[in-house]
Amino acid sequence: MTLTANKIALSEKYTELFHAHRSMLDAGSSSLLNRMRDIAIKRFEKTGIPGFKNENYKYTNLERVFDKDYRHILEYEQVDVDLNEAFRCDVPQLDTHVVLLVNGWYYAKNQPLQNLPKGVVVGSLKQVANEQPELVQEYLNRQAALSDDPIVALNTAFAQDGFFMHVPDHVVFEKPVQVINIMRSQDAIFATQRNLIVVGKNSQAKVIFCDHTMSSRDFLTNNVTEVFVGQDAVVDIYTVQNQNNQANSVNSSFFKQEANSNLLSSVATLHGGLIRNNLKVEMAGEHAEANLYGMSFTDKKQHVDNFTNIEHAQPNCLSNQVYKYVLDEDSVGAFAGRIHVVRDAQKTNAFQRNNNVLLTDSAKMNTKPQLIIDADDVKCSHGATIGQIDEEALFYLRARGIGEADARMMLMNAFAHEVVQNIRVEPLRDRIDELVEKRLRGELAYCHSCDRH
Amino acid sequence: MLTIKNLRVAIEGKEILKGINLEIKAGEVHAIMGPNGSGKSTLGNVLAGKEEYEILDGEIWYEGEDLLELSAEDRARKGLFLGFQYPVEIPGVPMVNFIKTSVNEHRKFKGLEPLTAGEFLKLMREKKELVHLDSQLTNRSVNEGFSGGEKKKNEIFQMAMLEPKLAILDETDSGLDIDALRIVSDGVNALKHPERSTIVITHYQRLLEYIVPDCVHVLYQGKIVKSAGKELALELEEKGYDWLKTHSL
Repeated sequence: MTLTANKIALSEKYTELFHAHRSMLDAGSSSLLNRMRDIAIKRFEKTGIPGFKNENYKYTNLERVFDKDYRHILEYEQVDVDLNEAFRCDVPQLDTHVVLLVNGWYYAKNQPLQNLPKGVVVGSLKQVANEQPELVQEYLNRQAALSDDPIVALNTAFAQDGFFMHVPDHVVFEKPVQVINIMRSQDAIFATQRNLIVVGKNSQAKVIFCDHTMSSRDFLTNNVTEVFVGQDAVVDIYTVQNQNNQANSVNSSFFKQEANSNLLSSVATLHGGLIRNNLKVEMAGEHAEANLYGMSFTDKKQHVDNFTNIEHAQPNCLSNQVYKYVLDEDSVGAFAGRIHVVRDAQKTNAFQRNNNVLLTDSAKMNTKPQLIIDADDVKCSHGATIGQIDEEALFYLRARGIGEADARMMLMNAFAHEVVQNIRVEPLRDRIDELVEKRLRGELAYCHSCDRH
Repeated sequence: MLTIKNLRVAIEGKEILKGINLEIKAGEVHAIMGPNGSGKSTLGNVLAGKEEYEILDGEIWYEGEDLLELSAEDRARKGLFLGFQYPVEIPGVPMVNFIKTSVNEHRKFKGLEPLTAGEFLKLMREKKELVHLDSQLTNRSVNEGFSGGEKKKNEIFQMAMLEPKLAILDETDSGLDIDALRIVSDGVNALKHPERSTIVITHYQRLLEYIVPDCVHVLYQGKIVKSAGKELALELEEKGYDWLKTHSL
C-alpha cells in the first residue's frame, strides 16, 4: 500500500468506527453533545489523521499512534476497584476537591464534593448537559468548532463525557479542583474525553489536571478542554502529565478570555509516550493577560510536542509564554508557537521564549516561532535556545566543592525552576519541584501514592 | 604547600604555559604579575582543575598530593580556592543554597556534620560583614545582577566562608574602585594565617599596596621570567612591561 493509501485507510477506520457505533455514542451521552457529531465527523474526514505533510503536525507523526489496534471506549465501563481508595493524592497540604475520571469518563463513584461555593457546579459533562443544559449549551464547542484541527473534530465526533465545572459570576473559588485522569485497562484502549470549564465575571478558580495510568498498556487519549474566562476573572489551569511511556495523548485546550481577565496555564510533562499538547488562547476582550508555561523532561524514546496559538483579537492585551525542555537519551521534543496580532489589536504585548537543554547527542529538539503581526503599535518578541549545560557555571560550582553530579542537578533544577516558580498553588509547586528533581536524577517521578500502580 | 615543576599547558593545541616552576610555602603571599595573554589566568584555572586544558608536561604537588589527579571539587574540598576573574551568573540557583551546599560539602569531606540552619546563618552574617556584602545580594541567584564590584566581593565572601588553605585570586582587583579595592583587600588580609597561603594574580601593582606579597613573579609568554621581593612590583609599575621584554631577552 502506498503512504497515501495507508493514510486514507487509517482515517477511514475512524469514520467507519463512528458510523458503526453512532447510536451507541448517542445513547451514552447527551443531546447537546450528540448534535455536534455529524458536522464534526465530516470535518475530520476532510483532512483525516494529520501526517508529516500537515504543517501543524510537522514534528509529530500521529499516524504511528493512531494506527495501533485499540479497543475503543464507547461506553462507561464499571471499575472493579474503589478508585477513591486507590487514588488518595498524597501531596502534603494540597487541599483540593478531588474528581476522578477513568478512561475519559467521569467516575461513577466519585465522592460528592463538600462545601462548594454557592452556584458552583462540578461534575460530569454528560450529566450536567442532560440535567442543566443551560449551563452547557452556550459554551460547548463554541471554541473547538472553530478549529481546523482534524483531531479536535474527531474528539467532537466521539465525545460522550468528561469533566465539567461552572463558577458563576462574582465567586472566589479558593480551593483548587483536582481532576485526576486515570487510564486503566488490561488491553490497549482509545479514549475520548471532553472537558468544559466556565468561570464567570469577576470570579476566580484553579483546576489541576493530573494525568495518570494505572496499567502499562498502549493507550491513546484524545482530549479536548474548553475554558471560558469571564471578564475580570482569574483562572489557573495546571496540568501534570505523568503517564507510563506507552500512553500516548493529544490534548487540545482552548481558552477564551474576556476583558481584564487573567489566565495562567502551566503544563509539566514528566512521563509519557507521545504527547501532543495544543493550546489556543483567544484574547476576546481588552486588557486580558495570559501567562503560559510549559516544562518537559524526557528520556528513552519519549516524544513531546507543544503547539501554542495565541490570537490577539483585541488591543491592550498581554501574553507571555515560557517553555522549557530537558531532553535525555533518544527523546524528541518540539515547540511551535504562533502569535497572531490582528489589525486593530494595538498596544499588544506578546512574548514567547523556548529554552532547551539536550543532554545527549541523540536527543532532538525542533522549535519554531511564528509571529503574524497585522497591527503596527505592538511589542512582540520570541526567542529559542538549544544548548547543553553551561560548562562555565558547572566549573564554578565544582570549584566550590560541589560534586559534578550535584552541580549538574543544581543547574538543571535552576533551568526548570523559572517555570516551576510560577505555580501559584504552593503545595503543588513544592511537589513539582520535588518531582522535577527526581526526574532529573533519572528516577521515576511519580507521586508516592500514584507510584504503586 | 604548593610545588609546580616544569608545568607545560596547552589549550586547543596552543601552548600557553611553557615550563612553570613555583614553590609556595605555608603562610606566604605570592603575586603573579604579567601583561595580558601571558598565561596568568590559565595558571589559576589549571590549579583549580578546569578540564579543557591539556597538561603537556610537569607536576603539581599540593600538600604532598599530586594535584593533577584530583577533580576540581576535591581540590576545593582540600582547601584550594580560586577567586574568579569573571564570576559567572547562575540564574535559578539561589546564593544561600549554593553557599550552604558548598560549605556542607567541605564539612562532609572533613567528616563533620552539616551546619544547622542557625549556625549557617550566623556564619553567613559574620562573613558578609567582613566584606560589606549587601544583605539583599544573598537573596538573589548566584551573581545574578551583581555589579562588577559586588561579584568580586562575593568571591571574597565565599573565600571567607570556606577558609581555604591556598587561595588563588585571579585579577580580583580588576574593575574595582578604590573603596571596593580596600574592602576586598581588608577581607583578604583578615583571613591571613600562618597556615594559609595566597596567590594574587594581577595586572597592576595597585592591589599589592594593600595585600603585601612575600614574593613577586613575573609571567611573560608562558614563563616566569623574574622572581623577587615586593619591590619588583614597584619597579614594574615604574618601567612598564616593555622594560621586561628587553630585560628578559
